[in-house]
Amino acid sequence: MKKELIIAGFGGQGVMFMGKMLAHSGMKEGLEVTWMPSYGPEMRGGTAHCTVKISTERIASPFCSHPDTLLVMNRPSLEKFQPRVRAGGSMYYNSSMIEQEISGQEIDVAAVPANKIAEELGNPRIANMVMLGAYIAREEIVDLMTINNSLAAVLPEEKHNLIDINLEALKRGYSLYTSLEKS
Amino acid sequence: MGEKKLMKGNEAIAEAAIRAGCRYFFGYPITPQNEIPAYMSRRLPEEGGVFLQAESEVAASNMVYGAAGAGARVMTSSSSPGISLKAEGISYIAAAELPCVIVNMMRGGPGLGGIEPSQSDYFQATKGMAHGNFHLLVMAPSSVQEGVDLMSQAFDLADKYRGPVMLLGDGMIGQMMEPVEFPEKIDPTELPPKEWATDGARGREKNVINSLYLDPDVLENLNWKLQEKYEQMQREDVKYEEYHMEDAVVAVIAYGTAARIALDAVQAAREDGIRVGLIRPITLFPFPEQVIARASAQVDAFLTTELSTGQMVEDVRLAVKGRTPVFFHGRPGGNMLTPEELLEEIKKIRGEVQ
Repeated sequence: MKKELIIAGFGGQGVMFMGKMLAHSGMKEGLEVTWMPSYGPEMRGGTAHCTVKISTERIASPFCSHPDTLLVMNRPSLEKFQPRVRAGGSMYYNSSMIEQEISGQEIDVAAVPANKIAEELGNPRIANMVMLGAYIAREEIVDLMTINNSLAAVLPEEKHNLIDINLEALKRGYSLYTSLEKS
Repeated sequence: MGEKKLMKGNEAIAEAAIRAGCRYFFGYPITPQNEIPAYMSRRLPEEGGVFLQAESEVAASNMVYGAAGAGARVMTSSSSPGISLKAEGISYIAAAELPCVIVNMMRGGPGLGGIEPSQSDYFQATKGMAHGNFHLLVMAPSSVQEGVDLMSQAFDLADKYRGPVMLLGDGMIGQMMEPVEFPEKIDPTELPPKEWATDGARGREKNVINSLYLDPDVLENLNWKLQEKYEQMQREDVKYEEYHMEDAVVAVIAYGTAARIALDAVQAAREDGIRVGLIRPITLFPFPEQVIARASAQVDAFLTTELSTGQMVEDVRLAVKGRTPVFFHGRPGGNMLTPEELLEEIKKIRGEVQ
């Protein structure tokens, strides 16, 4: 198994955090992982992205020009990264912020109303966890329980009061594609 | 070894230094290595150590000089332009034969350049750094775990040779997160005493630490003594790794970040039926010239690839001594080398030498 993801959005949407959660969970499940941020001169409001690789084998380059999966939180990032997704790959887009219908040529596309659900839960900043929940439900890369347990390790301690609402967001995203009884 | 942690290279390397007994850090901020001083500023006081952000890089390297002279395990870190500023102090440290560790998370140059991964300071790191006949022992990790492992050895090597050791990485090594395991923490007070240190002369003859040798015989002797150390490094402390070299007809040579990208290209070439291997120098000084010389009898061509316009390739050519063609492909930093372009180069070379 080898997955190469780009996770993209604007600064402040928590795309780096999504990647860390995924990489941490992969590590906990005994997989090889790398997490590579874009660390260029990007500011809050600009686009930000990270590359995550998860594999059963040793990972050579942590960079990726053509991911097999794109998790994308806003339109500028979609425009930038969708053309790079490999044929046969998949894209999950935040349909709350990218309103027109998106279709992909030769890629599988899933619309995730991440901000809509996050707002229902009372905090737009957890849209990232809705997206992550949806992704792992649909592709079963790592277990939801491993992701849930990673929150305490990846969130800085001063934000541990937000664990419950993040768990709720993961669950809502996850249940978009899988009935929770399964897990 | 404990539980695996997911950590950024910069932070993992800083933690490894503390576990190796480093208690003093003097530095000045610059991207892409700022997580090292940030981490040290938090952790060193917890360990009873000292973190100090100096007024400049020049000051920081002279503070390292002072602490190293007093026998402490001390380090600094910076990125390319900052290392240039530290070079003067490093020359003094080498002349005074003092152990210390310097991390350079390279960025694209020349000048202030950019902040993206680059390997444009190979010449600076391996060819003496500053004025005078001296070298640093230079090690280049290509993963976060290797950064930790090499940092764990760096202080012992600095003590062994009584000289500066450099860990040479870039924004990829520094900014990337990978799982790491750490060795047990050592207690720096239990290290063997440094008889030469200027740590108080009560009850013994005073020690002098200096880099001014006005007597030509003394200066010449120092220079030859340093050369002997570099020869000993070549005999005892060369490190490298080989992949798929058993039956290779083309050998790619790359270190650090470029080696990670090269490995993808090597694997892709193997899938296309091309017998390619990779030699990855881990120590850049001492350079693994013997393994490359040996490989030159086996392969039809070498391809050196670097995030530079061609620096390590000169050492490869010196090791190969014209026996085998040496090709070069590089990107000088800012824009990343891709496995696809390397695969193209490998195919082209295979066609040319067949």
